[in-house]
Amino acid sequence: MTRKRSSVLPGFGLTSGFMLLYLSAIVLIPFAGLVVRACEISWADFWRLATADRALAAYKLTFGASLIAAAANAVFGSLLAWVLVRYDFPGRRLIDAMVDFPFALPTAVAGLTLANLFAANGWLGRFLVPLGIKGAFTPLGVVIALTFVGLPFVVRTLQPVLQNLEREVEEVAATLGAGRLHTFLSIIAPSLLPAVLTGFALAFARAIGEYGSIVFISGNLPFKTEIAPYLIVMRLEEYDYAGAIALAVVLLVFSFVLLGAINLLEQWSSRFQH
Amino acid sequence: MKKSQRGTEESRVMKWALIVCALAFCFIFLLLPLVNVFVQALAKGWSFYLQSLLHPDSWAAIRLTLLVAGISVPLNVLFGLAAAWAIAKFEFRGKSVLITLIDLPFSVSPVVAGLMFVVLFGLQGFFGKWLDAHEVKIIFAVPGIVLATVFITFPFVARELIPVMQATGTEQEQAALSLGANGWQTFWHVTLPSVKWGLIYGIILCNARAMGEFGAVSVVSGHITGQTDTMPLRVEKLYNEYNAPAAFAMASLLAFLALLTLGIKTLLEWKQARAEKLIVTSQKVDGHAG
Repeated sequence: MTRKRSSVLPGFGLTSGFMLLYLSAIVLIPFAGLVVRACEISWADFWRLATADRALAAYKLTFGASLIAAAANAVFGSLLAWVLVRYDFPGRRLIDAMVDFPFALPTAVAGLTLANLFAANGWLGRFLVPLGIKGAFTPLGVVIALTFVGLPFVVRTLQPVLQNLEREVEEVAATLGAGRLHTFLSIIAPSLLPAVLTGFALAFARAIGEYGSIVFISGNLPFKTEIAPYLIVMRLEEYDYAGAIALAVVLLVFSFVLLGAINLLEQWSSRFQH
Repeated sequence: MKKSQRGTEESRVMKWALIVCALAFCFIFLLLPLVNVFVQALAKGWSFYLQSLLHPDSWAAIRLTLLVAGISVPLNVLFGLAAAWAIAKFEFRGKSVLITLIDLPFSVSPVVAGLMFVVLFGLQGFFGKWLDAHEVKIIFAVPGIVLATVFITFPFVARELIPVMQATGTEQEQAALSLGANGWQTFWHVTLPSVKWGLIYGIILCNARAMGEFGAVSVVSGHITGQTDTMPLRVEKLYNEYNAPAAFAMASLLAFLALLTLGIKTLLEWKQARAEKLIVTSQKVDGHAG
Protein backbone atom coordinates (compact mmCIF):
# COMPACT_ATOMS: atom_id res chain seq x y z
CA MET A 1 0.00 0.00 0.00
CA THR A 2 1.48 3.34 -0.97
CA ARG A 3 0.39 6.71 0.20
CA LYS A 4 -0.45 9.08 -2.63
CA ARG A 5 -0.44 12.41 -0.85
CA SER A 6 1.72 13.08 2.15
CA SER A 7 -0.22 14.11 5.22
CA VAL A 8 1.26 15.94 8.19
CA LEU A 9 -0.54 13.62 10.60
CA PRO A 10 1.56 10.87 12.16
CA GLY A 11 0.67 7.24 12.73
CA PHE A 12 -0.07 6.00 9.22
CA GLY A 13 2.53 3.23 9.43
CA LEU A 14 1.38 2.05 12.84
CA THR A 15 -2.37 2.13 12.20
CA SER A 16 -2.31 0.77 8.65
CA GLY A 17 0.14 -1.93 9.69
CA PHE A 18 -2.03 -3.04 12.60
CA MET A 19 -5.14 -2.85 10.41
CA LEU A 20 -3.65 -5.09 7.71
CA LEU A 21 -2.22 -7.56 10.23
CA TYR A 22 -5.51 -7.86 12.11
CA LEU A 23 -7.58 -8.02 8.92
CA SER A 24 -5.36 -10.82 7.61
CA ALA A 25 -5.41 -12.80 10.84
CA ILE A 26 -9.14 -12.59 11.47
CA VAL A 27 -10.68 -12.44 7.99
CA LEU A 28 -8.30 -13.09 5.09
CA ILE A 29 -6.40 -16.15 6.33
CA PRO A 30 -9.51 -18.03 7.53
CA PHE A 31 -11.16 -17.16 4.23
CA ALA A 32 -8.16 -18.31 2.22
CA GLY A 33 -8.04 -21.54 4.23
CA LEU A 34 -11.58 -22.38 3.21
CA VAL A 35 -10.87 -21.56 -0.44
CA VAL A 36 -7.71 -23.73 -0.47
CA ARG A 37 -9.56 -26.68 1.06
CA ALA A 38 -12.38 -26.21 -1.45
CA CYS A 39 -9.89 -26.30 -4.33
CA GLU A 40 -8.52 -29.61 -3.06
CA ILE A 41 -11.88 -31.24 -3.70
CA SER A 42 -12.05 -32.67 -7.23
CA TRP A 43 -14.64 -31.15 -9.54
CA ALA A 44 -16.59 -34.43 -9.76
CA ASP A 45 -16.67 -34.80 -5.98
CA PHE A 46 -17.63 -31.18 -5.53
CA TRP A 47 -20.53 -31.52 -7.96
CA ARG A 48 -21.71 -34.72 -6.26
CA LEU A 49 -21.55 -33.17 -2.77
CA ALA A 50 -23.06 -29.82 -3.71
CA THR A 51 -25.95 -31.34 -5.67
CA ALA A 52 -26.87 -34.32 -3.47
CA ASP A 53 -30.64 -34.73 -3.12
CA ARG A 54 -30.60 -33.65 0.51
CA ALA A 55 -28.53 -30.58 -0.39
CA LEU A 56 -30.92 -29.66 -3.23
CA ALA A 57 -33.88 -29.91 -0.86
CA ALA A 58 -32.05 -27.68 1.63
CA TYR A 59 -31.24 -25.02 -1.02
CA LYS A 60 -34.83 -25.08 -2.18
CA LEU A 61 -36.11 -24.37 1.32
CA THR A 62 -33.40 -21.81 2.11
CA PHE A 63 -33.82 -19.82 -1.09
CA GLY A 64 -37.60 -20.25 -1.30
CA ALA A 65 -38.30 -19.26 2.30
CA SER A 66 -35.81 -16.39 2.08
CA LEU A 67 -37.52 -15.05 -1.07
CA ILE A 68 -40.98 -15.22 0.49
CA ALA A 69 -39.76 -13.62 3.73
CA ALA A 70 -37.95 -10.84 1.84
CA ALA A 71 -41.09 -10.24 -0.24
CA ALA A 72 -43.23 -10.06 2.91
CA ASN A 73 -40.73 -7.58 4.33
CA ALA A 74 -40.83 -5.52 1.13
CA VAL A 75 -44.62 -5.16 1.48
CA PHE A 76 -44.92 -4.67 5.24
CA GLY A 77 -41.61 -2.81 5.53
CA SER A 78 -42.74 -0.29 2.91
CA LEU A 79 -46.06 0.11 4.70
CA LEU A 80 -44.30 0.60 8.04
CA ALA A 81 -41.79 3.11 6.61
CA TRP A 82 -44.62 5.07 4.94
CA VAL A 83 -46.69 5.20 8.13
CA LEU A 84 -43.67 6.17 10.26
CA VAL A 85 -42.57 8.99 7.93
CA ARG A 86 -45.87 10.40 6.72
CA TYR A 87 -48.28 10.11 9.66
CA ASP A 88 -48.30 11.25 13.23
CA PHE A 89 -49.92 8.94 15.75
CA PRO A 90 -49.43 8.05 19.41
CA GLY A 91 -46.41 5.81 19.96
CA ARG A 92 -44.78 6.63 16.63
CA ARG A 93 -41.33 7.31 18.07
CA LEU A 94 -41.45 4.17 20.20
CA ILE A 95 -42.31 1.99 17.19
CA ASP A 96 -39.62 3.72 15.15
CA ALA A 97 -37.07 2.71 17.81
CA MET A 98 -38.50 -0.81 18.07
CA VAL A 99 -37.96 -1.48 14.35
CA ASP A 100 -34.31 -2.29 15.11
CA PHE A 101 -35.32 -4.84 17.76
CA PRO A 102 -34.70 -7.85 15.44
CA PHE A 103 -31.12 -6.57 14.91
CA ALA A 104 -30.52 -6.29 18.65
CA LEU A 105 -32.17 -9.53 19.76
CA PRO A 106 -29.90 -12.61 19.66
CA THR A 107 -31.20 -14.96 16.97
CA ALA A 108 -31.48 -17.87 19.42
CA VAL A 109 -33.91 -15.85 21.54
CA ALA A 110 -35.90 -14.88 18.45
CA GLY A 111 -36.18 -18.53 17.41
CA LEU A 112 -37.13 -19.65 20.89
CA THR A 113 -39.90 -17.13 21.41
CA LEU A 114 -41.33 -17.43 17.86
CA ALA A 115 -41.41 -21.25 18.11
CA ASN A 116 -43.28 -20.87 21.40
CA LEU A 117 -45.73 -18.27 20.02
CA PHE A 118 -46.72 -20.40 17.02
CA ALA A 119 -46.77 -23.79 18.81
CA ALA A 120 -50.20 -25.37 19.30
CA ASN A 121 -50.51 -24.00 22.86
CA GLY A 122 -48.76 -20.66 22.17
CA TRP A 123 -50.44 -17.26 22.16
CA LEU A 124 -50.79 -17.21 18.36
CA GLY A 125 -50.74 -20.96 17.71
CA ARG A 126 -53.86 -21.61 19.78
CA PHE A 127 -55.85 -19.52 17.28
CA LEU A 128 -53.89 -20.39 14.13
CA VAL A 129 -53.32 -24.15 14.51
CA PRO A 130 -57.09 -24.97 14.61
CA LEU A 131 -57.34 -23.02 11.33
CA GLY A 132 -54.67 -25.30 9.84
CA ILE A 133 -51.89 -22.66 10.01
CA LYS A 134 -48.99 -24.45 11.66
CA GLY A 135 -46.10 -22.10 12.32
CA ALA A 136 -43.86 -24.39 14.35
CA PHE A 137 -41.86 -27.24 12.81
CA THR A 138 -42.99 -26.47 9.24
CA PRO A 139 -41.52 -24.56 6.26
CA LEU A 140 -43.93 -21.76 7.24
CA GLY A 141 -41.99 -21.50 10.52
CA VAL A 142 -38.80 -20.87 8.53
CA VAL A 143 -40.56 -18.05 6.66
CA ILE A 144 -41.83 -16.56 9.94
CA ALA A 145 -38.36 -16.57 11.53
CA LEU A 146 -36.76 -15.07 8.41
CA THR A 147 -39.44 -12.37 8.21
CA PHE A 148 -38.66 -11.37 11.80
CA VAL A 149 -34.89 -11.35 11.22
CA GLY A 150 -35.13 -9.28 8.01
CA LEU A 151 -37.79 -6.83 9.22
CA PRO A 152 -35.57 -3.74 9.74
CA PHE A 153 -33.87 -3.76 6.31
CA VAL A 154 -36.64 -2.42 4.05
CA VAL A 155 -37.87 0.05 6.68
CA ARG A 156 -34.41 1.48 7.27
CA THR A 157 -33.46 1.79 3.58
CA LEU A 158 -36.80 3.32 2.64
CA GLN A 159 -37.18 5.85 5.49
CA PRO A 160 -34.50 8.36 4.38
CA VAL A 161 -35.73 8.21 0.77
CA LEU A 162 -39.30 8.93 1.87
CA GLN A 163 -38.12 11.80 4.07
CA ASN A 164 -36.23 13.40 1.17
CA LEU A 165 -39.06 12.99 -1.30
CA GLU A 166 -40.17 16.38 -2.57
CA ARG A 167 -43.78 17.00 -1.61
CA GLU A 168 -44.07 19.76 -4.22
CA VAL A 169 -44.13 17.21 -7.04
CA GLU A 170 -47.12 15.52 -5.43
CA GLU A 171 -48.82 18.90 -4.99
CA VAL A 172 -48.25 19.73 -8.65
CA ALA A 173 -49.70 16.38 -9.68
CA ALA A 174 -52.72 17.04 -7.48
CA THR A 175 -53.20 20.55 -8.88
CA LEU A 176 -53.05 19.11 -12.39
CA GLY A 177 -56.00 16.93 -11.40
CA ALA A 178 -54.36 13.58 -10.63
CA GLY A 179 -56.13 11.47 -8.02
CA ARG A 180 -54.20 10.30 -4.96
CA LEU A 181 -53.85 6.73 -6.25
CA HIS A 182 -52.70 7.96 -9.65
CA THR A 183 -50.13 10.26 -8.00
CA PHE A 184 -48.91 7.42 -5.83
CA LEU A 185 -48.54 4.95 -8.68
CA SER A 186 -46.97 7.27 -11.24
CA ILE A 187 -44.99 9.73 -9.08
CA ILE A 188 -44.22 8.25 -5.66
CA ALA A 189 -43.88 4.53 -6.30
CA PRO A 190 -41.24 4.75 -9.07
CA SER A 191 -38.92 6.87 -6.92
CA LEU A 192 -39.29 4.47 -3.99
CA LEU A 193 -38.68 1.34 -6.06
CA PRO A 194 -34.84 1.28 -5.97
CA ALA A 195 -34.81 1.64 -2.18
CA VAL A 196 -37.45 -1.06 -1.74
CA LEU A 197 -35.45 -3.40 -3.99
CA THR A 198 -32.25 -2.65 -2.06
CA GLY A 199 -34.00 -3.42 1.23
CA PHE A 200 -35.47 -6.57 -0.30
CA ALA A 201 -32.01 -7.74 -1.45
CA LEU A 202 -30.46 -6.98 1.95
CA ALA A 203 -33.19 -8.92 3.76
CA PHE A 204 -32.81 -11.78 1.26
CA ALA A 205 -29.01 -11.91 1.70
CA ARG A 206 -29.37 -11.93 5.47
CA ALA A 207 -32.00 -14.69 5.30
CA ILE A 208 -29.83 -17.01 3.16
CA GLY A 209 -27.19 -17.29 5.88
CA GLU A 210 -29.52 -17.26 8.89
CA TYR A 211 -29.17 -20.16 11.29
CA GLY A 212 -29.85 -19.31 14.94
CA SER A 213 -33.53 -18.41 14.77
CA ILE A 214 -34.45 -21.25 12.41
CA VAL A 215 -33.03 -24.22 14.32
CA PHE A 216 -35.59 -23.58 17.06
CA ILE A 217 -38.70 -23.17 14.94
CA SER A 218 -38.18 -25.47 11.92
CA GLY A 219 -37.64 -28.89 13.50
CA ASN A 220 -34.74 -29.50 11.08
CA LEU A 221 -36.20 -32.55 9.31
CA PRO A 222 -34.07 -33.65 6.31
CA PHE A 223 -35.86 -33.03 2.96
CA LYS A 224 -38.68 -31.19 4.76
CA THR A 225 -37.59 -28.37 7.05
CA GLU A 226 -33.80 -28.53 6.85
CA ILE A 227 -32.06 -25.34 5.69
CA ALA A 228 -28.64 -25.26 3.99
CA PRO A 229 -26.67 -23.78 6.95
CA TYR A 230 -28.11 -26.51 9.19
CA LEU A 231 -26.98 -29.17 6.70
CA ILE A 232 -23.44 -27.72 6.89
CA VAL A 233 -23.52 -28.22 10.65
CA MET A 234 -24.79 -31.80 10.19
CA ARG A 235 -21.97 -32.57 7.73
CA LEU A 236 -19.43 -31.18 10.19
CA GLU A 237 -20.82 -33.31 13.02
CA GLU A 238 -20.33 -36.36 10.76
CA TYR A 239 -16.72 -35.16 10.19
CA ASP A 240 -17.59 -34.86 6.48
CA TYR A 241 -15.45 -31.75 5.92
CA ALA A 242 -15.62 -31.93 2.11
CA GLY A 243 -19.42 -32.07 2.25
CA ALA A 244 -19.58 -29.08 4.60
CA ILE A 245 -17.11 -27.07 2.50
CA ALA A 246 -18.93 -27.78 -0.78
CA LEU A 247 -22.20 -26.45 0.69
CA ALA A 248 -20.39 -23.47 2.21
CA VAL A 249 -18.91 -22.56 -1.19
CA VAL A 250 -22.37 -22.60 -2.78
CA LEU A 251 -23.69 -20.27 -0.05
CA LEU A 252 -20.65 -17.98 -0.29
CA VAL A 253 -20.84 -17.65 -4.09
CA PHE A 254 -24.52 -16.83 -3.80
CA SER A 255 -23.85 -14.24 -1.05
CA PHE A 256 -21.20 -12.51 -3.16
CA VAL A 257 -23.42 -12.38 -6.25
CA LEU A 258 -26.11 -10.79 -4.06
CA LEU A 259 -23.57 -8.38 -2.57
CA GLY A 260 -22.66 -7.23 -6.08
CA ALA A 261 -26.33 -6.81 -6.94
CA ILE A 262 -26.90 -4.79 -3.75
CA ASN A 263 -24.00 -2.46 -4.62
CA LEU A 264 -25.47 -1.84 -8.08
CA LEU A 265 -28.92 -1.26 -6.56
CA GLU A 266 -27.49 1.23 -4.05
CA GLN A 267 -25.80 3.17 -6.86
CA TRP A 268 -29.08 3.24 -8.78
CA SER A 269 -30.95 4.21 -5.64
CA SER A 270 -28.58 7.08 -4.76
CA ARG A 271 -29.37 8.69 -8.10
CA PHE A 272 -32.90 9.28 -6.82
CA GLN A 273 -31.64 11.11 -3.74
CA HIS A 274 -30.16 14.55 -4.04
CA MET B 1 -48.14 18.15 9.62
CA LYS B 2 -50.28 20.01 7.10
CA LYS B 3 -54.04 19.79 7.12
CA SER B 4 -55.42 17.07 4.92
CA GLN B 5 -55.72 18.32 1.37
CA ARG B 6 -57.49 16.51 -1.40
CA GLY B 7 -54.94 14.94 -3.68
CA THR B 8 -51.78 15.45 -1.65
CA GLU B 9 -52.81 13.31 1.27
CA GLU B 10 -54.77 10.14 1.71
CA SER B 11 -58.31 10.25 3.05
CA ARG B 12 -58.65 9.84 6.81
CA VAL B 13 -60.10 6.35 6.41
CA MET B 14 -57.20 5.26 4.19
CA LYS B 15 -54.66 6.82 6.55
CA TRP B 16 -55.98 5.07 9.64
CA ALA B 17 -56.39 1.77 7.79
CA LEU B 18 -52.68 1.91 6.88
CA ILE B 19 -51.71 2.83 10.44
CA VAL B 20 -53.78 -0.03 11.86
CA CYS B 21 -52.21 -2.53 9.41
CA ALA B 22 -48.69 -1.35 10.30
CA LEU B 23 -49.43 -1.49 14.02
CA ALA B 24 -50.89 -5.00 13.72
CA PHE B 25 -47.72 -6.16 11.95
CA CYS B 26 -45.56 -4.60 14.68
CA PHE B 27 -47.75 -6.14 17.36
CA ILE B 28 -47.33 -9.68 15.97
CA PHE B 29 -43.68 -9.49 14.90
CA LEU B 30 -42.16 -7.13 17.49
CA LEU B 31 -44.23 -6.79 20.63
CA LEU B 32 -45.59 -10.32 21.11
CA PRO B 33 -42.20 -12.10 20.71
CA LEU B 34 -40.65 -9.68 23.21
CA VAL B 35 -43.40 -9.89 25.84
CA ASN B 36 -43.58 -13.67 25.39
CA VAL B 37 -39.92 -14.05 26.41
CA PHE B 38 -40.50 -12.44 29.80
CA VAL B 39 -43.89 -14.05 30.44
CA GLN B 40 -42.56 -17.55 29.67
CA ALA B 41 -39.42 -16.90 31.72
CA LEU B 42 -41.54 -16.09 34.77
CA ALA B 43 -44.20 -18.76 34.09
CA LYS B 44 -42.98 -20.84 37.03
CA GLY B 45 -42.46 -17.90 39.35
CA TRP B 46 -39.55 -15.78 40.50
CA SER B 47 -37.87 -18.42 42.66
CA PHE B 48 -37.67 -20.91 39.77
CA TYR B 49 -36.42 -18.07 37.55
CA LEU B 50 -33.58 -17.16 39.91
CA GLN B 51 -32.76 -20.79 40.65
CA SER B 52 -32.44 -21.69 36.97
CA LEU B 53 -30.15 -18.71 36.36
CA LEU B 54 -27.99 -19.58 39.36
CA HIS B 55 -27.65 -23.22 38.28
CA PRO B 56 -23.86 -23.85 38.00
CA ASP B 57 -24.04 -24.65 34.26
CA SER B 58 -26.11 -21.56 33.49
CA TRP B 59 -23.87 -19.41 35.66
CA ALA B 60 -20.84 -20.80 33.80
CA ALA B 61 -22.50 -19.86 30.49
CA ILE B 62 -23.09 -16.29 31.73
CA ARG B 63 -19.46 -15.99 32.83
CA LEU B 64 -18.19 -17.40 29.51
CA THR B 65 -20.32 -14.96 27.50
CA LEU B 66 -19.00 -12.02 29.57
CA LEU B 67 -15.43 -13.26 29.08
CA VAL B 68 -15.82 -13.70 25.30
CA ALA B 69 -17.40 -10.26 24.88
CA GLY B 70 -14.78 -8.80 27.24
CA ILE B 71 -12.00 -9.99 24.92
CA SER B 72 -13.53 -9.58 21.47
CA VAL B 73 -15.11 -6.12 21.89
CA PRO B 74 -11.87 -4.35 23.00
CA LEU B 75 -9.96 -6.10 20.18
CA ASN B 76 -12.44 -4.85 17.60
CA VAL B 77 -12.43 -1.36 19.16
CA LEU B 78 -8.65 -1.23 18.78
CA PHE B 79 -8.96 -2.39 15.17
CA GLY B 80 -11.80 0.04 14.49
CA LEU B 81 -9.78 3.00 15.78
CA ALA B 82 -6.68 2.02 13.79
CA ALA B 83 -8.63 1.33 10.59
CA ALA B 84 -10.62 4.57 10.88
CA TRP B 85 -7.46 6.62 11.51
CA ALA B 86 -5.64 5.13 8.51
CA ILE B 87 -8.64 5.23 6.15
CA ALA B 88 -10.15 8.59 7.15
CA LYS B 89 -7.03 10.69 7.71
CA PHE B 90 -4.82 9.51 4.83
CA GLU B 91 -5.13 9.05 1.08
CA PHE B 92 -3.90 5.83 -0.46
CA ARG B 93 -4.67 3.40 -3.25
CA GLY B 94 -7.06 0.49 -2.74
CA LYS B 95 -9.15 2.20 -0.07
CA SER B 96 -12.49 1.04 -1.43
CA VAL B 97 -11.25 -2.56 -1.69
CA LEU B 98 -10.16 -2.32 1.93
CA ILE B 99 -13.56 -1.05 3.04
CA THR B 100 -15.24 -3.91 1.15
CA LEU B 101 -12.94 -6.41 2.88
CA ILE B 102 -13.75 -4.92 6.29
CA ASP B 103 -17.47 -5.42 5.58
CA LEU B 104 -16.91 -8.99 4.37
CA PRO B 105 -17.88 -10.76 7.63
CA PHE B 106 -21.39 -9.26 7.35
CA SER B 107 -22.05 -11.16 4.13
CA VAL B 108 -20.81 -14.54 5.34
CA SER B 109 -23.28 -16.92 6.96
CA PRO B 110 -22.35 -17.39 10.67
CA VAL B 111 -22.17 -21.14 10.11
CA VAL B 112 -19.68 -20.68 7.26
CA ALA B 113 -17.64 -18.32 9.49
CA GLY B 114 -17.41 -21.03 12.13
CA LEU B 115 -16.47 -23.57 9.46
CA MET B 116 -13.53 -21.37 8.38
CA PHE B 117 -11.99 -21.67 11.84
CA VAL B 118 -12.64 -25.42 11.97
CA VAL B 119 -10.81 -25.71 8.63
CA LEU B 120 -7.83 -23.82 10.08
CA PHE B 121 -7.60 -25.18 13.62
CA GLY B 122 -9.74 -28.36 13.71
CA LEU B 123 -8.08 -31.77 14.03
CA GLN B 124 -8.17 -32.28 10.24
CA GLY B 125 -7.38 -28.60 9.66
CA PHE B 126 -4.22 -26.83 8.47
CA PHE B 127 -2.76 -26.33 11.94
CA GLY B 128 -4.64 -29.24 13.56
CA LYS B 129 -1.74 -31.71 13.84
CA TRP B 130 0.69 -29.09 15.14
CA LEU B 131 -1.81 -27.80 17.72
CA ASP B 132 -2.61 -31.34 18.84
CA ALA B 133 1.09 -32.18 19.25
CA HIS B 134 1.57 -29.07 21.38
CA GLU B 135 -1.67 -29.70 23.30
CA VAL B 136 -3.19 -26.37 22.35
CA LYS B 137 -6.96 -26.49 22.02
CA ILE B 138 -8.64 -23.84 19.88
CA ILE B 139 -11.63 -25.63 18.40
CA PHE B 140 -14.11 -26.94 21.01
CA ALA B 141 -12.48 -24.55 23.48
CA VAL B 142 -12.67 -20.89 24.52
CA PRO B 143 -10.06 -19.52 22.01
CA GLY B 144 -12.16 -20.81 19.10
CA ILE B 145 -15.28 -19.17 20.53
CA VAL B 146 -13.40 -15.88 20.88
CA LEU B 147 -12.03 -16.09 17.32
CA ALA B 148 -15.46 -16.83 15.83
CA THR B 149 -16.99 -13.95 17.81
CA VAL B 150 -14.22 -11.54 16.75
CA PHE B 151 -14.84 -12.50 13.10
CA ILE B 152 -18.62 -12.02 13.32
CA THR B 153 -18.38 -8.65 15.12
CA PHE B 154 -15.34 -7.47 13.13
CA PRO B 155 -16.94 -4.62 11.07
CA PHE B 156 -19.16 -3.00 13.74
CA VAL B 157 -16.82 -0.42 15.29
CA ALA B 158 -14.81 0.31 12.12
CA ARG B 159 -17.86 1.00 9.95
CA GLU B 160 -19.31 3.42 12.54
CA LEU B 161 -16.01 5.25 13.03
CA ILE B 162 -14.79 5.60 9.42
CA PRO B 163 -17.57 7.98 8.24
CA VAL B 164 -17.45 9.99 11.49
CA MET B 165 -13.67 10.47 11.25
CA GLN B 166 -13.95 11.33 7.55
CA ALA B 167 -16.57 13.98 8.34
CA THR B 168 -14.43 15.69 11.00
CA GLY B 169 -11.51 16.13 8.58
CA THR B 170 -7.92 16.78 9.66
CA GLU B 171 -7.82 20.54 10.41
CA GLN B 172 -8.18 20.16 14.18
CA GLU B 173 -5.43 17.53 14.36
CA GLN B 174 -3.14 19.70 12.22
CA ALA B 175 -3.76 22.66 14.55
CA ALA B 176 -2.94 20.56 17.63
CA LEU B 177 0.26 19.28 16.02
CA SER B 178 1.40 22.75 15.01
CA LEU B 179 0.82 23.91 18.60
CA GLY B 180 3.34 21.31 19.71
CA ALA B 181 1.21 18.30 20.70
CA ASN B 182 2.62 14.90 19.81
CA GLY B 183 0.72 12.22 17.91
CA TRP B 184 -0.71 10.43 20.95
CA GLN B 185 -1.77 13.68 22.63
CA THR B 186 -3.48 14.76 19.43
CA PHE B 187 -5.32 11.45 19.12
CA TRP B 188 -6.27 11.35 22.80
CA HIS B 189 -7.36 14.97 23.30
CA VAL B 190 -8.58 15.97 19.82
CA THR B 191 -9.61 12.97 17.71
CA LEU B 192 -11.10 10.70 20.36
CA PRO B 193 -13.47 13.32 21.89
CA SER B 194 -14.72 14.25 18.40
CA VAL B 195 -15.67 10.65 17.55
CA LYS B 196 -16.82 9.73 21.08
CA TRP B 197 -20.50 9.14 20.27
CA GLY B 198 -19.82 7.18 17.09
CA LEU B 199 -17.44 5.02 19.06
CA ILE B 200 -19.97 4.33 21.81
CA TYR B 201 -22.58 3.53 19.16
CA GLY B 202 -20.22 1.02 17.54
CA ILE B 203 -19.27 -0.53 20.88
CA ILE B 204 -22.83 -1.21 22.02
CA LEU B 205 -23.79 -2.79 18.67
CA CYS B 206 -20.58 -4.85 18.68
CA ASN B 207 -21.21 -5.96 22.26
CA ALA B 208 -24.83 -6.95 21.60
CA ARG B 209 -23.78 -9.13 18.69
CA ALA B 210 -20.80 -10.58 20.57
CA MET B 211 -23.00 -11.68 23.48
CA GLY B 212 -25.79 -12.95 21.26
CA GLU B 213 -23.88 -14.73 18.49
CA PHE B 214 -25.16 -18.25 17.96
CA GLY B 215 -24.34 -19.85 14.59
CA ALA B 216 -20.58 -19.27 14.37
CA VAL B 217 -20.03 -20.03 18.05
CA SER B 218 -22.20 -23.14 17.85
CA VAL B 219 -19.95 -24.62 15.14
CA VAL B 220 -16.68 -24.14 17.06
CA SER B 221 -17.84 -24.59 20.66
CA GLY B 222 -18.29 -28.35 20.95
CA HIS B 223 -21.19 -27.76 23.39
CA ILE B 224 -19.39 -28.99 26.51
CA THR B 225 -21.82 -28.23 29.34
CA GLY B 226 -20.34 -25.90 31.94
CA GLN B 227 -17.26 -25.25 29.81
CA THR B 228 -17.91 -24.11 26.24
CA ASP B 229 -21.59 -23.20 26.37
CA THR B 230 -22.22 -19.48 25.96
CA MET B 231 -25.59 -18.01 26.97
CA PRO B 232 -27.25 -18.49 23.54
CA LEU B 233 -25.92 -22.08 23.35
CA ARG B 234 -27.23 -22.71 26.86
CA VAL B 235 -30.66 -21.50 25.70
CA GLU B 236 -30.60 -24.11 22.93
CA LYS B 237 -29.42 -26.90 25.22
CA LEU B 238 -32.12 -26.24 27.83
CA TYR B 239 -34.75 -26.06 25.06
CA ASN B 240 -33.59 -29.41 23.62
CA GLU B 241 -33.74 -30.90 27.13
CA TYR B 242 -37.45 -29.91 27.25
CA ASN B 243 -36.73 -27.38 29.98
CA ALA B 244 -38.44 -24.46 28.24
CA PRO B 245 -38.94 -22.27 31.36
CA ALA B 246 -35.20 -22.39 32.13
CA ALA B 247 -34.39 -21.72 28.44
CA PHE B 248 -36.67 -18.68 28.57
CA ALA B 249 -35.10 -17.52 31.84
CA MET B 250 -31.67 -17.46 30.16
CA ALA B 251 -33.21 -15.93 27.02
CA SER B 252 -34.79 -13.16 29.13
CA LEU B 253 -31.31 -11.92 30.12
CA LEU B 254 -30.35 -11.71 26.44
CA ALA B 255 -33.66 -10.00 25.59
CA PHE B 256 -33.01 -7.49 28.36
CA LEU B 257 -29.56 -6.84 26.88
CA ALA B 258 -31.22 -6.25 23.49
CA LEU B 259 -33.64 -3.73 25.03
CA LEU B 260 -30.81 -1.97 26.82
CA THR B 261 -28.80 -1.80 23.58
CA LEU B 262 -31.80 -0.45 21.72
CA GLY B 263 -32.43 2.15 24.43
CA ILE B 264 -28.85 3.48 24.40
CA LYS B 265 -28.80 3.43 20.59
CA THR B 266 -32.04 5.43 20.39
CA LEU B 267 -30.79 7.97 22.94
CA LEU B 268 -27.58 8.45 20.95
CA GLU B 269 -29.55 8.92 17.73
CA TRP B 270 -31.85 11.51 19.33
CA LYS B 271 -28.81 13.33 20.70
CA GLN B 272 -27.28 13.31 17.23
CA ALA B 273 -30.46 14.60 15.60
CA ARG B 274 -30.70 17.41 18.17
CA ALA B 275 -27.06 18.37 17.60
CA GLU B 276 -27.65 18.56 13.84
CA LYS B 277 -30.73 20.71 14.38
CA LEU B 278 -28.71 23.06 16.62
CA ILE B 279 -26.03 23.42 13.92
CA VAL B 280 -28.68 24.23 11.32
CA THR B 281 -30.36 26.88 13.54
CA SER B 282 -27.03 28.45 14.53
CA GLN B 283 -26.09 28.64 10.86
CA LYS B 284 -29.41 30.37 10.18
CA VAL B 285 -28.76 32.85 13.02
CA ASP B 286 -25.26 33.50 11.66
CA GLY B 287 -26.77 34.06 8.24
CA HIS B 288 -29.18 36.69 9.62
CA ALA B 289 -26.43 38.41 11.59
CA GLY B 290 -24.19 38.55 8.52
